Amino acid sequence: MAQSQSRKMAAPPVSPETQHFWDAAAQGKFLIKKCAACGEPHFYPRPLCPFCFSDKTEWVEASGNGTIYTYSVMRRAPVPYAIAYVTLAEGPTMMTNIVDCDLDALKCGQAVKLVFKPSDGGPPVPCFAPA
Amino acid sequence: MSIKGKAYITGIFEHPTRLATDKTVPQLHAECAKGALEDAGLTKNDIDGYFCAAGDTPGLGCLSMVDYMGLKLKHMDSTDTGGSSYLLQVGHVAEAIAAGKCSIALVTLAGRPRAENVATGTAPRTPPVPMPESGFELPFAPATANMYAMAAMRHMHEYGTTSEQLAWVKVAASHHAQHNPHAMLRDVVTVEDVVNSPMIADPLHRLDCCVISDGGGALIMTTPEIAKSLKRPLVKVVGCGEAPKHQMGGKVDLTYSGAVWSGPLAFAEAGIKHGDIKYASIYDSFTITVVMQLEDLGFCEKGQGGRFVSDGNLISGVGKLPFNTDGGGLCNNHPSNRGGLTKVLEAVRQLRGEAHPAVQVKNCDLALAHGTGGSLGTRHAAATVIMERE
Repeated sequence: MAQSQSRKMAAPPVSPETQHFWDAAAQGKFLIKKCAACGEPHFYPRPLCPFCFSDKTEWVEASGNGTIYTYSVMRRAPVPYAIAYVTLAEGPTMMTNIVDCDLDALKCGQAVKLVFKPSDGGPPVPCFAPA
Repeated sequence: MSIKGKAYITGIFEHPTRLATDKTVPQLHAECAKGALEDAGLTKNDIDGYFCAAGDTPGLGCLSMVDYMGLKLKHMDSTDTGGSSYLLQVGHVAEAIAAGKCSIALVTLAGRPRAENVATGTAPRTPPVPMPESGFELPFAPATANMYAMAAMRHMHEYGTTSEQLAWVKVAASHHAQHNPHAMLRDVVTVEDVVNSPMIADPLHRLDCCVISDGGGALIMTTPEIAKSLKRPLVKVVGCGEAPKHQMGGKVDLTYSGAVWSGPLAFAEAGIKHGDIKYASIYDSFTITVVMQLEDLGFCEKGQGGRFVSDGNLISGVGKLPFNTDGGGLCNNHPSNRGGLTKVLEAVRQLRGEAHPAVQVKNCDLALAHGTGGSLGTRHAAATVIMERE
């Protein structure tokens, strides 16, 4: 067993496109974008839908439930950490870290739940822990 | 318009250095250019087209290198797709020559990440200017190794691919590298050596990863008429394909690469089948890269890549598809952390009959070179080139 340790996470660059996302994150809310024209949710969030190019994209709060699509534990780091893609219950798959976990017990298909973790001088970032 | 047979690769050069503490990157580019010109029997002032990748040529696009080398040009292109850039550029050169935009083109690659102590695979590289995805990726520390590792992990989950199967890719490369005096790693390794090497990013071990080396390479490409006036064996480009793949707005699928699109374009243009290919240079940033690209190019069924590479099937003189007979990125070199150009070099050597005798493929008349630039784990560009000896 190798319990994950907390790691200093780089602050995300915040832009006018993503300010709303990160403001919500600071309030503990996890938002994704959904297109009102074609109905497709997407991630990472953009003003123009990457499927139909409509500008009618809307912020919606996601449940925070997901499953691990794939992952890898970086052993060659000062603090080993688990990078992953998590598929959200709402559909999109996103890059993240799996935290508060046994690094040796992760599996593809494992259920995980959103947890915000602090970044180094920036807003909290969406991570996931075993559900 | 097809580029089939419209352009020939008439000069090649691979820089012998693997640690260039005493040379600059522009110097390495120029030395590679000089070597390829000498191989072709041409001089610098014959060049009227220059093709490079913006990411490994210091300065604005190609301009500083054009200035440094003193080139007078009619055509230039510094498209950068990472390690696959030079495979794309072979296609772009062929297009330019076919369209009459230039007649003697130079392609160069050079870099010195080893001399500069770059933590190439294990530390995230923060770009100077944020990219659109940066806020949603950088906090999670995507390095190179763990991104390819995520593709490997999913491949294992979906298809039952094993670490031992991946290891066979490295074993085959090492069998070839023992004959290359310039290769960084010349010792033959076993499957056990690979799977017992330290874990870098699960499930990739140290010996699943390519080397970090300095160096570079260059190509000279020209028209059929000029190629036939020179004294080098005739190697022509008969098919090219390029295609990007990305995260598709969140519909992430790491089980395949852009080779599923670039490969068919190249095969269709060449008008040949997989069984016609006698030798393949396959970008080997990691062992998983080779397995996935071979599947995606159609050399075996999706998910069967692990079985395909096992038991020496990629070893020249042993298996059905000899690959990377110079030792590839896994053993020979990986200049500037970009493996696309060296893939073309060894394919041309094979077609000329100039590979090391121990690894030379008999009657090698058709060869394929393929690469993935960027990351299998996020976004990349695939490029496929098929070449024929005339």
